[in-house]
Amino acid sequence: MMDILEILVSAGFWAATIRIVSPLILGTLGELICERAGVLNLGIEGIMTMGAMSGWMWVYMGGDLWTGVMFAAFMGLMFGLLHSIFTVYLGLSQHVTGIGITLFASSLSYYVYRMLLPDATTPPKIEPFQIYEVPFLSEIPVIGEALFSQTPLTYLALILVPVVWYVLYKTPLGLAVRMAGENPMAVEAQGINVLSIRTGAVMVGSAFMAVGGAFITMSAFDAFFFGMINGRGWICIALVIFASWKPGKALIGALLFAGLDALQVRAQQTSGALIPYQFFLMMPYILSIVAMVIMARKASYPKALLVPFRRGERT
Amino acid sequence: MQIEPREHIAPWRIALAPVAAVFVSLLIGSVLILWVGAPVLEAYVLLVKGAVGSSFALTETLTRSIPLIFTGLAATIAFRAKFYNIGAEGQLYCGALAATFFGTGLITLPPLLMIPFLMLVGALAGGAALAVPVMLKTHLKVDEVVTTLLLNFVILLFVGYFLEGPLKDPMSMGWPQAEPIIDEGLFPSLVDKSRLHFGFIFALIGSVLCWAMMRFTVWGYEIRAVGLNASAAKFAGINVNATVIRTALISGGFAGIAGVSEVAGLKGYLTLDISPGFGYTGIAVAMLAQLNPLAVVLSALFISMIYVGADSMSRAINIPTYIADVLVGLSVLSILVSVMLTRYRVRFR
Repeated sequence: MMDILEILVSAGFWAATIRIVSPLILGTLGELICERAGVLNLGIEGIMTMGAMSGWMWVYMGGDLWTGVMFAAFMGLMFGLLHSIFTVYLGLSQHVTGIGITLFASSLSYYVYRMLLPDATTPPKIEPFQIYEVPFLSEIPVIGEALFSQTPLTYLALILVPVVWYVLYKTPLGLAVRMAGENPMAVEAQGINVLSIRTGAVMVGSAFMAVGGAFITMSAFDAFFFGMINGRGWICIALVIFASWKPGKALIGALLFAGLDALQVRAQQTSGALIPYQFFLMMPYILSIVAMVIMARKASYPKALLVPFRRGERT
Repeated sequence: MQIEPREHIAPWRIALAPVAAVFVSLLIGSVLILWVGAPVLEAYVLLVKGAVGSSFALTETLTRSIPLIFTGLAATIAFRAKFYNIGAEGQLYCGALAATFFGTGLITLPPLLMIPFLMLVGALAGGAALAVPVMLKTHLKVDEVVTTLLLNFVILLFVGYFLEGPLKDPMSMGWPQAEPIIDEGLFPSLVDKSRLHFGFIFALIGSVLCWAMMRFTVWGYEIRAVGLNASAAKFAGINVNATVIRTALISGGFAGIAGVSEVAGLKGYLTLDISPGFGYTGIAVAMLAQLNPLAVVLSALFISMIYVGADSMSRAINIPTYIADVLVGLSVLSILVSVMLTRYRVRFR
């Protein structure tokens, strides 16, 4: 018990939590934007893999880090466009399309990686984002190390939470996005094109996911390898449900989740070999399921989620 | 652009849909082959030759199709009821784990009983793995897609624990693998000097049984009714929750049998790599078959051809083996469009 308390007051634990939470925030915000517009994006796992590979590969091929992030975001936009052509314009099953996109995007990432680096046996490395210590603020004990001694992509992820909240709740564009997910007929009645709104939301959301993937290869690690995303995309989908589709709650949920994840890694080290390590590794997935179960009853999901919109057709 | 439903759906369009989807996938795949700098036609010829060009290749393709038929059936029956079971991968490992638990000496029966017994416990384990997600769905309205996906990771770690702990073979020189299945439990071989085993016959029987159930029984009727319109089915007096639970258990059962067949038919013992994603590929199999249990056999054979053929193609010319996964992913997307075009017409104006 004392061990856990000791972990909880250590700055290293909080720094790790913030590091773990960054890709989750980006992925969760991305999925949230898509679902708020009425489109479930199960392509997230594949799009994150694609972002991880393409951003990393850009830098490995000689590009600089920020254009690498932009390239990853661009790939996210493209796969978001593909997803919305299928689900928004053609009105096809969002479940099957998403699974198809995940299968396609992740296998394409591995294919391209192998094609460009056929002989790599140990994964080659890049020079990843370095920690940027915010002047003055990083000197605050514990909080400074946890919040203000991180890599730039982490700051980006944290800043995007209020930005997404502001756009969704305080701008006409955000209103249109939310309406497209609740009552698309009403959006159409306002003379706004539902299909464009949904496409835009899915594309932007997918770009968020891809940058979340890029964080893993360009900030958390410095290499790309097989099975790297390891279900983080699915966890993000669970977090969106846990957050009842609200950006602020998504941040809290993701933080809670990352904190428990950072805790289990440390508990694993202190527990010795008493509990097999596999049970610690299971925790994130089980926690996600538990989180969904807790919130599922209260969840007020977007009314038009999963419902394709066809102009001139009543549903 | 306007999408209008067709007045009647021509059977030739339905038959042609998967062919068109495959063609489009191969066409897009050829761009990737060109990117490597390899000749496209030669690559595809090598792929087909590597899959069916010799009796050895042919038996390998048939062998590889066995788990795909089972996971394809698992996805077919679940998707028919609009229950999106994406957890066949985990259920497969649960079936394999159950077969290992009972089949490595705990119980010894004559082969005629032992093999069906292992398949039964495997099916039960697969179904049990899906019991939690389906109960959460029917009773608490928790989305089954995410729970089944997340459980795949949990189950794989769980199996990993058993392979490094209680079920580890002491003779395995430190590798995380289980003791071999006893001889009575091993599926007999179908063709001499090949890996093709009796599981193929079981898979064919499974697909016919699944088709007959969907077509001729009340259960099958209820599954289809719930999938087409759950609220109408409820209004007609069908117990929707009971139907969904039943569907899920059968679906998980098929996936579990896939695991039994890999352990007791192909490998002889359980490792953590018995499935390179058969559970996920099963979804592609089911979609290409347009959720028809009999067509699942054909589409599983086709996809297994791509995997086996891609292996030998990539050895011959340096194309990464992931091309097979890319083609499978592409075919899931293209079949969606081609099936839509059987039911709707697109008018540009």
